[in-house]
Amino acid sequence: MFDLIIFVVLLIVGYVFGQAIDQTHYRSIRKRESLLRNIPLIASRKLPASFEPCKTELVTGNVVISVDFYKKFVAGLRNLVGGRVRSYESLIDRARREALLRMTEKAKALGANYVFNVKMETSSIPSGRGDGVSAVDVLAYGTAVIQERQAPPVQKVEAPSPGMMNLRPR
Amino acid sequence: MILTTLEYVPGKNITKHLGLVQGSTVRSKHVGRDIMAGVKNIFGGELTGYTELLNESREEATERMKAQAKSIGANAILNIRFSTSNIAQGASELYAYGTAVVLE
Repeated sequence: MFDLIIFVVLLIVGYVFGQAIDQTHYRSIRKRESLLRNIPLIASRKLPASFEPCKTELVTGNVVISVDFYKKFVAGLRNLVGGRVRSYESLIDRARREALLRMTEKAKALGANYVFNVKMETSSIPSGRGDGVSAVDVLAYGTAVIQERQAPPVQKVEAPSPGMMNLRPR
Repeated sequence: MILTTLEYVPGKNITKHLGLVQGSTVRSKHVGRDIMAGVKNIFGGELTGYTELLNESREEATERMKAQAKSIGANAILNIRFSTSNIAQGASELYAYGTAVVLE
């Protein structure tokens, strides 16, 4: 009986705190993503010839995010019937976006214009006793490209319509 | 030493390929951090201690890779990749590898 009470309390605590942390983190991610929108992350392996001369630098960003008691419990139930584990989807999504943000922030500090050949590496850190996932570790890495001069100006549009205004070259 | 995930360095020619260089480190969890992680496993959120631990370990692996490249006379490492594996309960291996080259 006592065990059951502890279990229910942990479940409620996990749900309340977990959801709160989830939402706060998503808010912070969205805010920072919009600030870093001017540094495109590109998965391509080659730089366009017009980018040279430029300097390149390795940048990395990593994060370890823990599951909460509620997520773990829901995932455990889901394991019985199979299917989409929504509670872990948000976890891994947060971790990936956070790792990318940290990498981009480092690139920004170097004065980079782009990050090329972005790769991701994910691993799980198992909990001490159980075999379930207790935390995910995501590493994002890529090559920051620091252009020494501005890219050649894009051909000027005669009379830009209001919708074109945000498409101006940087 | 130039480190890059690209297959070349823009504006520079490769004069010599020296082959694969690698660096790895195996780290285990700290008991104190493990207790904190146990608490965080109920509430959720970022495990800052682990983030730092893995970050330091990857830097260590990168340093070892750089040392190996330096010892064979390279001045750049191209196409760097990182890899992580759980080799045992509570210990993970962090591995970095790339191609050592001499640039003009």
